[in-house]
Amino acid sequence: MTTKELKQKSIEYRKKILQYIVKAKAGHTGGSLSCTDILNVLYNEIMNVSPQNFTSPDRDRYIQSKGHTVEALFVVLADKGFFPEEDLNTLCQYKSHYIGHPTRKVNGVEQNTGALGHGLPIAVGTAIAAKLDNKDFRVFTLLGDGEMPEGSNWEAALSAAHYKLDNLCAIVDKNNLQITATTADVCNTDPLDEKWKSFGWAVKEVDGNDVEALKNVLSNLPFEAGKPSFLIAHTTKGKGVSYMENTLKWHHGVPSNEEYKQAIRELEESLLTI
Amino acid sequence: MAEQVNALPYKANLDIYSETLQRLAETDSNIIAVTSDSRGSGKLVPFGKKFPAQIIEVGIAEQNLVGVAAGLASCGKKVFATSPACFLTARALEQIKNDVAYSNNPVNVVGISAGVSYGALGTTHHSLHDYAALRAINNIIIVAPADNYETEQAIEVAAKTNAPVYLRFGKKPMPPLKETTGEVFQFGKGRVITEGTDVAIVACGETVYPALEAAHLLKEKNITATVISMHTIRPLDTDLLAHVAQQCKAVVTVEEHSVYGGLGEACAAYLLQQGICKPFKIIGIPDEYTVTGSQADIFNHYGINKEGIAAQAMKLLQ
Repeated sequence: MTTKELKQKSIEYRKKILQYIVKAKAGHTGGSLSCTDILNVLYNEIMNVSPQNFTSPDRDRYIQSKGHTVEALFVVLADKGFFPEEDLNTLCQYKSHYIGHPTRKVNGVEQNTGALGHGLPIAVGTAIAAKLDNKDFRVFTLLGDGEMPEGSNWEAALSAAHYKLDNLCAIVDKNNLQITATTADVCNTDPLDEKWKSFGWAVKEVDGNDVEALKNVLSNLPFEAGKPSFLIAHTTKGKGVSYMENTLKWHHGVPSNEEYKQAIRELEESLLTI
Repeated sequence: MAEQVNALPYKANLDIYSETLQRLAETDSNIIAVTSDSRGSGKLVPFGKKFPAQIIEVGIAEQNLVGVAAGLASCGKKVFATSPACFLTARALEQIKNDVAYSNNPVNVVGISAGVSYGALGTTHHSLHDYAALRAINNIIIVAPADNYETEQAIEVAAKTNAPVYLRFGKKPMPPLKETTGEVFQFGKGRVITEGTDVAIVACGETVYPALEAAHLLKEKNITATVISMHTIRPLDTDLLAHVAQQCKAVVTVEEHSVYGGLGEACAAYLLQQGICKPFKIIGIPDEYTVTGSQADIFNHYGINKEGIAAQAMKLLQ
């Protein structure tokens, strides 16, 4: 895709994320909007995974550790053809598989996540399996900056470096906000770059809402041979909707009808300026 | 206090685990042991030497141990995630719940030195909660083999089972419960060790042997006992349980676990809901600050020995 097409995709995705959150009257709005561009670039430009090869042992793996921003994942998976988009009308409804966190009941989802600090250890095991079998597939996991204090992340970080997992890429959606306050106020985990470097990872930083920059940096994996890659994606929580951006209440706030209309209007306007 | 079972010539179930896993790995490169600095306590040092590419060491990090195991299993590896049961099923319980059971990654979670095997090391090293915790988590088979035969069979079956399994055993040398020629071992099918009509003693793990010894003691008093090795706590062999409970006048359960939430309560709940109401006693570790001492000391203190089990059976039959 061209950069313009990728940008259009991101806006399309954001509109749909809001549409289904409003329909379900539930969702993690701000975080879904912050990681939209990352998922867009991963699924449309970087990863070798599709409905056609999803059962192939050679597919790339994506494990969403920050499971609560599942609305972004579902919208992208629907767009890629893993399931009909209208299924998302059942989001969070009785007996629907489209619940508030990823589950393998939904085609395209690799692992059931939702509790934080789980994605990276599973990704490490998956990457070790690839090495054991001499397979070329890569493993991607998306973490939230709010889940950085989970000890299991740091346990897994040690193992990934120990096993030289250069087939593993962890991306942190660093939007600087979590449910209580800023990540800096809750438990400051900065500087992430120095911490992960000292744990033996190759670290890069990127504007996580810039599809072109994301595409460039993720097209050059691993960042360093013999080391797992850690990408700090600086993002804006609530990206694309003026009144949501960097605002705590939109962590899992659901827009009213009026707010929804304004959000769609803003996103459509931004489409014109690409 | 003397051990209940002479150390020689029997092997610990842990030794059988090590031997069986090595044997399976000879012909199957997908057999993977994952350890958290636990290869020594899990007797997996020879395995690691023989199959260095088939052992993944994560260091003392049980949460990562289970998460990594889940990732490996999702790629078709037959994973045996091995760590002392006390740490594995407490610290990594959320990983067992979500990454293994809920995600249906077919990991064999192997809790070694279980129950009060580490008797004198204290409560930090005891696992008296694991059946209770795991019974309340959907989608994990819970197996506590009693003797070397059951252990070997359980590991072989686990390696072929495409589902989450929790295997739990201790490190005490265990004598064989009975002749096994022609026997077929299955998860979810209890073993009848000896048959009688007065009392049914349903036990699991290392408590089956003292249950059998209790049956011998009772026989001297003209009381006959059926002894069941209920090696699979879930799925419980409810057909066998109902059958022996109906055949006998009383039911005693024995386990190296809290009396809350384990084998005994599983049996009691089933029988009561089936309307099979017999005098019933759960023998296990009571809800108190656990007494200090060796595994044998703790067993003797709480009556998890032949005399204690026989006494409870006689009390129920009075």
